[in-house]
Amino acid sequence: MLISLGLAIAQEPAPAQTQSTSDSRWFDDNRWNVFLTLVIIFFLIIYFIEKAKKGKNLFVRRIAGLDAIEEAVGRATEMGKPILYVPGIDDMNNIQTVASMIILGNVARTVAQYDTPLIVPIRLPFVLPVAEESVKQGYMAAGRPEAFQKDNIRFISDEQFAYAAGINGIMLRERPAANLFLGSFFAESLVLAETGFSTGAIQVAGTANIHQLPFFVVACDYTLIGEELFAASAYLSREPKLLGALKGSDYAKGIILAALILGAILISFNVEWFKDWFFVE
Amino acid sequence: MKKLLEFINNLDRRWIFLFIGLAVSLPLFFPLGIDFTVSHPVQGFYDTIEKVPNGSKILMSCDYDPGSLPELYPMTVAALEQMFRKDLKVIVTCLWPAGPPVVERALNHMAFEYKKEKGIDFVNLGFKEGREVVMVSMGASIPNTFPTDYNGTPVTQIQIMQGVTNFKDLAMIVNISAGYPGTKEWVQQVQARYNIDLVSGCTAVSAPEFYPYYQTGQLKGLLGGMKGAAEYEKLVGVMGLGTRGMDAQSVSHLTVFFFILIGNLAYFVLRALKGKEVK
Amino acid sequence: MRKEVPLIITFLAGAFFIADYFVPHTGFSHIAETINGWTIIVITFAYVLGVANVTRVNLDYIQRKGKDTPYKIILLICLLFMMTVGIVWGIAEGTIFDWFFINIYVPMQSMMFALLAFYIASAAFRAFRIRSTQAALLAITAVLVMIGRVPIGEAIWKDFSNFAEWIMNVPQLAGKRAILIGAALGAISTGLKVIVGLERTHLGAD
Repeated sequence: MLISLGLAIAQEPAPAQTQSTSDSRWFDDNRWNVFLTLVIIFFLIIYFIEKAKKGKNLFVRRIAGLDAIEEAVGRATEMGKPILYVPGIDDMNNIQTVASMIILGNVARTVAQYDTPLIVPIRLPFVLPVAEESVKQGYMAAGRPEAFQKDNIRFISDEQFAYAAGINGIMLRERPAANLFLGSFFAESLVLAETGFSTGAIQVAGTANIHQLPFFVVACDYTLIGEELFAASAYLSREPKLLGALKGSDYAKGIILAALILGAILISFNVEWFKDWFFVE
Repeated sequence: MKKLLEFINNLDRRWIFLFIGLAVSLPLFFPLGIDFTVSHPVQGFYDTIEKVPNGSKILMSCDYDPGSLPELYPMTVAALEQMFRKDLKVIVTCLWPAGPPVVERALNHMAFEYKKEKGIDFVNLGFKEGREVVMVSMGASIPNTFPTDYNGTPVTQIQIMQGVTNFKDLAMIVNISAGYPGTKEWVQQVQARYNIDLVSGCTAVSAPEFYPYYQTGQLKGLLGGMKGAAEYEKLVGVMGLGTRGMDAQSVSHLTVFFFILIGNLAYFVLRALKGKEVK
Repeated sequence: MRKEVPLIITFLAGAFFIADYFVPHTGFSHIAETINGWTIIVITFAYVLGVANVTRVNLDYIQRKGKDTPYKIILLICLLFMMTVGIVWGIAEGTIFDWFFINIYVPMQSMMFALLAFYIASAAFRAFRIRSTQAALLAITAVLVMIGRVPIGEAIWKDFSNFAEWIMNVPQLAGKRAILIGAALGAISTGLKVIVGLERTHLGAD
């Protein structure tokens, strides 16, 4: 296998050198502003995590879409119907899929308490074991490991619209009472949301793919916009470390907002040096 | 009257589907020929390619699949038209697995029209899995990333690839993309690192996301959806699929507007009538 | 070590590639290029994993004789058929693989995409009811952009497309940038949590 791996990298000798100029610098001076920004953001996140660990109560505003998830679970339990959780169509290298898996674990824990079936259709093979583990851990955290059904975590197809067609089939046949679309979505978002609407399910969607937000907003009952998806893990679990990280990124946003306002004022008076600080070569 | 308003307010969506079906198909058979002007981002796309010296090598990354064909295939064909007209050498890559056969057709068709030769004037390097990793890897070495072309010929034996190591050996990048991986990744991973001219054609739904990049100059031009394709075809001087789809798009948009209008009218009138009944 | 090893690998890989953005040293870049090459190979092997997974899952289902068994059998036959003809006769234009791709796969995928036109219309009809000020803003802006971005808008008023362009370039862009900034911060925060091991739901229980 190692030999075939090596052959895969070097099927033919490269016709030219990979880099004709060498660079001995250990830090790119042109990117100091990005580095500083990252350091500030990291510092804020770590600071608030430490603060949360010490027991400080951190306020997080109400997010209607996330409250609706519990309502959706309750509704599905009353109706005796399953819940459909679609974690998006992207791979584990997409941070939205990672965030979706975290939320899935929380949803599985809630669902396990009510013994409601949770169906999770998966598009990519790498995501399947992660989804299985997230759901299993959710059930175990709720003290219901025997209720976990591996068959409900289903690999459909890695082809985008075949995956969407498969989910439509699940929605039309199994009639889930609640559809949760949380993760990275593309063109199939409206196909899923409209089909789900036609079955009368309550729908909560969340994505950081801006171009799909309008479709979810018009077709779903609740939509988590952008960073609300990333905030969901902290919001649902209320774990101090996660709340601390959320607080840290909120403060970072505050600093960015202040910089934007200051920059807009300065540029209006033709003062350019502040804007130049943010230029990335 | 009240029954009609309630019928409209609770309209079965199949009526909407029927009207949309007619609105899209009829103008294809009975064209209206509505004229349109070219927008700045599209002009930028055209001008950037036009400024490239004749005979230069261009990378064209066609990151889409058959689902986005109606919007992106006309852009691909029009771009090839402009590039072949300028005798530009086109190196095509795909980051979507179902892209190569579609692009191969476009290449063969345009090559026949302009009497271009495979391997000398253009090459289709095919698909490589890895998304952003492939882009970054191409920045180091394109031949190492794509050791063979779509038909399995080693790139060392392909004339157009002689002297091409990485992005520094290319005049610019033309990216036609339907989503991920696509324009955003090319901007973040390649344009930001290697400072090479980049233009993009994308679906209409993605175009708003890339306006910031066009405004900042990271994208030198942007084609958005079928309208972008039609405007570009106008600049290139061809009557392609994009232009022909414009009438259907116009009528279907008007149809959607009509349904929104009658839906709101029915809603407000019914609300007023119910208010009167309550009083 | 079941959780510690993945956490260490995650930390090292995450830290390395963050550093790669800031370190222009040639030696460092060479290491990054090599790892990128490995990544391409590993991701490519995911296709092998995917085929094996599809086959395993569907064979299990067929053995249990579920109600969708005929569809699963067709799926496996098609998978095997396309793989065989592609490997044996190639995938170039004019081959059997290409014929099936162009005459079956392309129309099917285009059809699924085409459904969006109908769904957008029905979703717009349902959602753009002016029940509140925000709903009114949404509906009016949507209609203006919808008409302004097609040739008929210019036929109605010659500056309609410029006005729609202004809506896209100014208010729309402002809102989009705000969401982009927020989402990017959320992604940085989540990424940091995963890299340093604060977030480990995907690895299993503590």
